Amino acid sequence: MSKYYVPARFDVVLALRLRPEQYARADRSSGGSLFTARTGFALLAVLLASVAVAQVQARDLSVSVIELLIKWTPLLAKGFLFNLLISVMAMALGTAAGLLLGFARISLLAPVRGTSWVVVQFFRNAPWLVLLFFVMFLMPFELHFGGVTVPFPDWIKATLGLALPIMANFAEIVRGAVQSIPTAQWDAARSLAFSRRQTLWKIILPQCVKRMLPPWMNWYAILTMATTLASIVGVSEVMTITGRITAAEARTDLLIPIYSYVLLWFFLYCYPIALWTKRLELRYAER
Amino acid sequence: MDDIAAWFRWLHQTSGIKLTIFYDSYDRSRFLEGFATTLKLSAYCLILSLLLGAFTAWLCGSKIAAVRRAANGFVQLFRNTPPLVQLYFFYFALGPLLPKVGGMPLLGSLGWAVISLTLLEAAFAAEIFRAGIEAVPRAMIEAAESLGYSRAQVFRLVVLPLALRVTMPAMTNNLVNLVKTTTLAYAIAVPELLYMSAQIWSEQVNVPEMMVVLLISYVAIVGIINQVMQWLEARLRVPGFGQ
Repeated sequence: MSKYYVPARFDVVLALRLRPEQYARADRSSGGSLFTARTGFALLAVLLASVAVAQVQARDLSVSVIELLIKWTPLLAKGFLFNLLISVMAMALGTAAGLLLGFARISLLAPVRGTSWVVVQFFRNAPWLVLLFFVMFLMPFELHFGGVTVPFPDWIKATLGLALPIMANFAEIVRGAVQSIPTAQWDAARSLAFSRRQTLWKIILPQCVKRMLPPWMNWYAILTMATTLASIVGVSEVMTITGRITAAEARTDLLIPIYSYVLLWFFLYCYPIALWTKRLELRYAER
Repeated sequence: MDDIAAWFRWLHQTSGIKLTIFYDSYDRSRFLEGFATTLKLSAYCLILSLLLGAFTAWLCGSKIAAVRRAANGFVQLFRNTPPLVQLYFFYFALGPLLPKVGGMPLLGSLGWAVISLTLLEAAFAAEIFRAGIEAVPRAMIEAAESLGYSRAQVFRLVVLPLALRVTMPAMTNNLVNLVKTTTLAYAIAVPELLYMSAQIWSEQVNVPEMMVVLLISYVAIVGIINQVMQWLEARLRVPGFGQ
């Protein structure tokens, strides 16, 4: 779901093209960090207003909507933390696998390059939800290694399913970053008798980190938001819990407040990441 | 057509690969309906989100601070919350509030999916439009002004054509994401490609086969979009820019 990453092949079509820092500039000109607080407060205001409206409608009911939200907060928090756990694990897996796939994309061997291109295109272009179904249905629920049985619960499978698109997209980030380093660096390393592997690990990659960090963070935010998809394939995360709460309470006046509440949680987690990403992009672009 | 059906029937009998959509007319019609719904949903959301996105981008440049802030708030809110929760919010929280007409809800799940995805994509499109307009070199606008163009003419004849071309790659990305995001409509039972395929595989118990068909379908749609957009980009290329 990256809105920043423009595939490299587009670069030759137009000299004028969007660069990430242009998004960042556009944002800086219209608010900056003060805006964070404002948007958050505006959201809170909407939430509270909806609660107030619900309150008025529910005068005759004994329990108010605010009390209900407070009552269910610990359970929702548990579900949300589970989402975060899935996001962190999927990100770690996707990054590790994506790094390897990215190396394959810049391999000197044409078959390796070709195969990895197919893999990347496939996992970048397939919808996340379909990939999630794919892993959920086609992976066994347990594996036998010799005499040991390793179980694969649903949430582990969901984590793997979410790591796949991250892997493919991170591979493209790695490739883009490595290719953005001047060829002179490779030549200089070679003249100093570094092997290709040494050059990559000790000279090229350390310079790439800065370039890779903002898009990587952007993908983390996207992944965190995508963890809610796991509820569709049967993992009990925050959306599943929200659904159960609304079913258990059976109060129509609770619907808007509770969904706004969950939206707010995600917003408060993801928006600072987005802001931080933009700040890093700006800082690195200015050099 | 009959030959194709016969071949896939033969394939099922000899290898067990069960692709019912090629020989069972009911399954085929369901699959094609799902395909058509996905395309329809994408088309509606694309058109509406471009209009709303352009409008939002325009509001983001407003002289009134409150309008600017509201437009920005909308963009940030929809960009930084999970699309699935947005969809649930619209369908499960706002949906029941709509009056019913003759016992039927005013807006079905497809309608809510269109609204929810349109708002999401509009937030992304707004950001792209804004960046595109800002990417037009200041000197070009000044040159046009010095040639006696009015403000409206500068926008219509210089800024917009350039900005549209600049935003094309980002727009292609956005369109691809839109098609991929339509799968979320599965969660509220919109009969789109994923939903219909799930119906087929739960009845025919041919999950692996349908999965492959499904993935190929999406990769094909995305591939076609990429090709068309690339062709369009090449056609619209400004002479003297790029290679």
